[in-house]
Amino acid sequence: MDTPVGEQEIKLLLNDLLEIYGYDFTDYAKASLKRRINRLFTLDRFPSFAEFRYKLRTDADYMKRFIEQITVNVTEMFRDPLFYQNLREHVLPVLATYPFIRIWHAGCSTGEEVYSMAILLKEANLLHKSLLYATDLNPQVLQKASTGIFPMSQMKQYSENYIASGGKEDFSRYYTASYNVVKFDEELSRRMVFSTHNLVSESSFNQFQLVMCRNVLIYFEKDLQGRVFALFDDSLENLGFLALGSKETLKLSPIISKYRQEGKEKIWRKIH
Amino acid sequence: MAQNSLNDVQKIVVIGGSAGSLHVILHVLNHLKADLNIPVVIVLHRKNDSDSSLSQLMALRTDLPVKEVDDKEALIPGHVYLAPADYHLLIETNKIFSLDDSEKINFSRPSIDVTFQTAAEAYGAGVTGILLSGANADGVEGLEAIHSVKGIVAVQDPSTAQVPYMPQAAINHMQIDKLLNVDQISELINQL
Repeated sequence: MDTPVGEQEIKLLLNDLLEIYGYDFTDYAKASLKRRINRLFTLDRFPSFAEFRYKLRTDADYMKRFIEQITVNVTEMFRDPLFYQNLREHVLPVLATYPFIRIWHAGCSTGEEVYSMAILLKEANLLHKSLLYATDLNPQVLQKASTGIFPMSQMKQYSENYIASGGKEDFSRYYTASYNVVKFDEELSRRMVFSTHNLVSESSFNQFQLVMCRNVLIYFEKDLQGRVFALFDDSLENLGFLALGSKETLKLSPIISKYRQEGKEKIWRKIH
Repeated sequence: MAQNSLNDVQKIVVIGGSAGSLHVILHVLNHLKADLNIPVVIVLHRKNDSDSSLSQLMALRTDLPVKEVDDKEALIPGHVYLAPADYHLLIETNKIFSLDDSEKINFSRPSIDVTFQTAAEAYGAGVTGILLSGANADGVEGLEAIHSVKGIVAVQDPSTAQVPYMPQAAINHMQIDKLLNVDQISELINQL
């Protein structure tokens, strides 16, 4: 099929990104990447591939846009409510036994999941002794996440998700509405640390009892997934938990022998 | 693709449906031959819930293995795959699935276009795309992609569709290879 930016051209762009800017997308799953690059090419109305490539190579601001656009930053609060119910009922009681709780949200995007977790911790009376490390390769989305400001239009859906996950409070008590946005309480964000971290190229930076990485690995090819699993393994304390997206699995990874799946949701526990 | 054999073109069937297509899909599954030797991939617009009852319902209608796709799963001939709710389903050129939770396309996730287009890129002329009943225009661009790689483009005869809009959109837009009633859909697949 003829798309303006074909496989060879994508190789060139990814090499440019790596050589000039140090971002390595070469082991991202190609079908999705190709769609997103072609979408951007059309959206930004480049007359030719050569001009697209030139812009990317020479304009660091455009490089930021390129990365923001080819990575997927779709996320929501309490996505897959049953997953959160499982965290609430089975994982939090274990975390509660630690004097200090460290959680890593890897690839947190605009932070909806981090705020969801903070709400769970608060309701379990654990937030005061928790730290949530929220990382992403993309500084722009982290900046957004750190503000705790989200569109009002999403709150109905998030509130429904929250209730479906077993939430008993009035969801609106967690935020203050102002025109078409809401700002979540600083009590929640005070326990969060935002930092850039690239899963592809950087190593482990701490030990955690829970690593959340949901719907990030789907964008990686299998080999890269394996390397990231090893990174998570390095970052998890013994008996720590690893939580993935609803269609992601540890099954085919070499570290699986050290882990046991807990229940039906995509939550594994490090047992060796 | 390897050129060491004349009949080495790998085949795949991709089926897209929306409103009014579930009973068609169940009927088709019921009539697939037991020794079917190509993968069948079904993209159905449905409510965004992650329960697996739909694949279980489908599995009751056929002896072929039916499964909702997991990320990076390899395509196996003779298996029936269902796109999971709330993800786009893509096929990589090395014949494995990958998932994508990017923006909805044509108000849909999964989008039929995405699966059809990536199937066309991965399988070329070996693709048969079948578009069923539905109330939106998803799937038409995907069928065009299949047509452009010389795959087979089939649509459910709108006069037999509960909601004719989607197949009719394809007919209005492009050259269709096969116009099929419900019984002819499984016949076509069984003969590939």
